Amino acid sequence: MKQIKSLEDLQKIREEALRKVNIRSDRSGTRITVGMATCGIAAGARPVMMAILDELEKRNVTGVTVVETGCIGLCKFEPIVEMYVPGHEKVTYIKMDSDKARQVVVEHVINGHPIREWTLESAELE
Amino acid sequence: MLYRSHVMVCGGTGCTSSGSDNVAAAFVSEIKKAGLDKEVAVIRTGCFGLCELGPVVVIYPEGVFYSKMKPEYVPEIVEEHLLKGRPVTKYLFGETVSEKEIKPLEETTFYKKQMRVALRNCGIIDPEDIEEAIAMGAYEALGKVLTTMTPEQVIDEMKKSGLRGRGGGGFPTGLKWEFAHKQKETPKYVVCNADEGDPGAFMDRSIMEGDPHSVLEGMAIAGYAIGANHGVIYVRAEYPLAVKRLQIAIKQAREYGLLGGNIFGTDFSFDVEIRFGAGAFVCGEETALLNSVMGRRGEPRPRPPYPAVKGLWNKPTIINNVETFANVPAIISNGAAWFSSIGTEKSKGTKVFALTGKVNRTGLIEVPMGTTLRDIIFDIGGGIPDGKRFKAVQIGGPSGGCIPEEHLDTVIDYDSLISLGAMMGSGGLVVMDEDTCMVNVAKFFLEFIVDESCGKCAPCRIGTKRMLEILDKITSGKGEPEDIDRLEKLATTIKDTALCGLGQTAPNAVLSTLRYFRNEYEAHINQKKCPAGVCQALLSYTIIADKCRGCGLCARNCPVNAISGQLKQPFVINQEACIKCGTCFEKCPFGAIVKQ
Ligand SMILES: Cc1cc2nc3c(=O)[nH]c(=O)nc-3n(C[C@H](O)[C@H](O)[C@H](O)COP(=O)(O)O)c2cc1C
Ligand code: SF4
Ligand code: SF4
Ligand code: SF4
Ligand code: FES
Ligand code: FES
Repeated sequence: MKQIKSLEDLQKIREEALRKVNIRSDRSGTRITVGMATCGIAAGARPVMMAILDELEKRNVTGVTVVETGCIGLCKFEPIVEMYVPGHEKVTYIKMDSDKARQVVVEHVINGHPIREWTLESAELE
Repeated sequence: MLYRSHVMVCGGTGCTSSGSDNVAAAFVSEIKKAGLDKEVAVIRTGCFGLCELGPVVVIYPEGVFYSKMKPEYVPEIVEEHLLKGRPVTKYLFGETVSEKEIKPLEETTFYKKQMRVALRNCGIIDPEDIEEAIAMGAYEALGKVLTTMTPEQVIDEMKKSGLRGRGGGGFPTGLKWEFAHKQKETPKYVVCNADEGDPGAFMDRSIMEGDPHSVLEGMAIAGYAIGANHGVIYVRAEYPLAVKRLQIAIKQAREYGLLGGNIFGTDFSFDVEIRFGAGAFVCGEETALLNSVMGRRGEPRPRPPYPAVKGLWNKPTIINNVETFANVPAIISNGAAWFSSIGTEKSKGTKVFALTGKVNRTGLIEVPMGTTLRDIIFDIGGGIPDGKRFKAVQIGGPSGGCIPEEHLDTVIDYDSLISLGAMMGSGGLVVMDEDTCMVNVAKFFLEFIVDESCGKCAPCRIGTKRMLEILDKITSGKGEPEDIDRLEKLATTIKDTALCGLGQTAPNAVLSTLRYFRNEYEAHINQKKCPAGVCQALLSYTIIADKCRGCGLCARNCPVNAISGQLKQPFVINQEACIKCGTCFEKCPFGAIVKQ
């Protein structure tokens, strides 16, 4: 039973509940897209997506939307995760798996440090 | 559980009756089949306001708007949109789709000129989950009031906000609370008027269905302000969904300690119960309503004493409308200054309207006071269908009046509407086009009044009956020139002598149509013509000999054999025998029959 006995109690419930609903109002925060066309799914995009959602929830991250996207024409690099942080350039992560996805959430989304070696740019440099 | 996408399926009464339950069920099963049930949530909401486009579905995070959904469309939407991230444009509301982009619902012309205060959470939250309401800020105002403000400060804030009652009368809410606050007698009561008796109105129902906590919170704040611990919601029994959502909301609020004893750890306690009305229009009048709650006959009584002094069980009682209460938490949270910055000098905030009749987009809307009728009808409502001309808008329900084209630029505000012979009422807006007969409109509203008059006082019981008889006479072609005078005389007498608001406002429909459309009354009486071609008795059907090809179709379909003629020769209608059913007019393939 969550009896509310003070404004602080209410605030706590509000913060938890906000994460459930804020994708309905917040279109300005960070967006994470996961490629989910046939090749993406075959390459394992779904566990990647689930890992991202789970990690965001575990770490109480708010203001982030996760959306699926179709084919972006880079099938051989799937699973692909793109990160749009307001005010920053888009970062495209390639050949993701669940573990990498979780680290991206922590390092990039929370700490603000993109993990360069997993991005498309570094792949092309090779 | 964090979901990446929310499928919001409207669970308002409008969409439920067009089949949204099946659409929601289809989403649940298809999402499960696709293995997406851990990422995508299906949520039932209250009304989005575009009921006529229902069942309505909005999918977040994109916020795109699917209209007229059918269960058959669901598999494709799950496969394409939810799985692959490509909204299925052919099922989206046409106005939101262009070559370049898909607009979210808030950016359509329907929404753009609106401002949602009372409807702030309708269509955005799951009304059966208190945590979603809390996420949007519910009960914060109650907490603020209980822990940081005195009852006097609350009343002061309400007075400063300029909020006036949304149930029709427009009485300043803060003043009403102050009267009740000053009474020494206890216990005191807070009553919510959810009777909503105007034909076609569904503003209050939608608020209760879409965001019941806003009403409960408003009532609890009122209770604290006047010193009451008990609240009653008087809701019509024909609103089963609203009742169910209220019951769930009350139960959840009790579980969370937001209703009951020691709310927010203070010594304030407040609880709410629901009472059912049988749906008589007069029971929405406050003194009749109180009688009905106490198990007596739902008849009005003279005021004073006002309910604030002697109300429920003769104790001080405030009665406010659903929408009035729904505004209260927003005022407390955002401040009186914010609220009073919206609207006109004497009418602050926003007003919810049910837009119906001859307008392209019927639905539920909320606009700032001071919006013009033209903006509402032509921008938000999208104008008149089938290229017809606008004729009048009826505002304020049976107590209100009709406003003609020359006053379309009037702004919505309690006082400006009264000066035009209409009134704000509870928020019904019925748009009428050129095919509407204004005498007939007046007759429709008066018929409603005659049915609903409780019969307690003679001016209303007998007087409205006499007025209706005169209107019957006029519309059936038996009107006399003196009838207009008679109507006006009766109207003034009833206005001045009827006991309650029902009778006092009953003549408004006749008076306002007489004021702006007197020529139509005169045409009915003097030329025995109905200019809009509505009043059956005043119509005649004739065959234009030049156009008639003599096919005989009309004669074969006439139910009383009033048409005769020889094939390939012009046919003729025997006016004596004709019962004016209009069949021949519809059947003639050559447009040879005219209706006048
Ligand atoms: C015949 C009649 C019917 C009414 N019906 C309603 C109604 O359905 N809902 C409502 O809120 N007020 C209705 N009222 C107005 C109430 O008497 C009362 O003024 C109102 O509930 C006060 O609340 P408010 O100040 O918040 O508007 C009606 C009044 C009359 C005379
Ligand atoms: S005015 Fe009409 S409804 Fe009101 S008390 Fe008199 S008879 Fe009844
Ligand atoms: S209006 Fe009806 S009754 Fe009159 S002539 Fe036509 S079909 Fe016959
Ligand atoms: S249906 Fe029309 S064209 Fe045919 S006989 Fe009747 S009036 Fe003449
Ligand atoms: S199908 Fe995945 S990038 Fe083409
Ligand atoms: S009931 Fe669904 S939009 Fe009004």
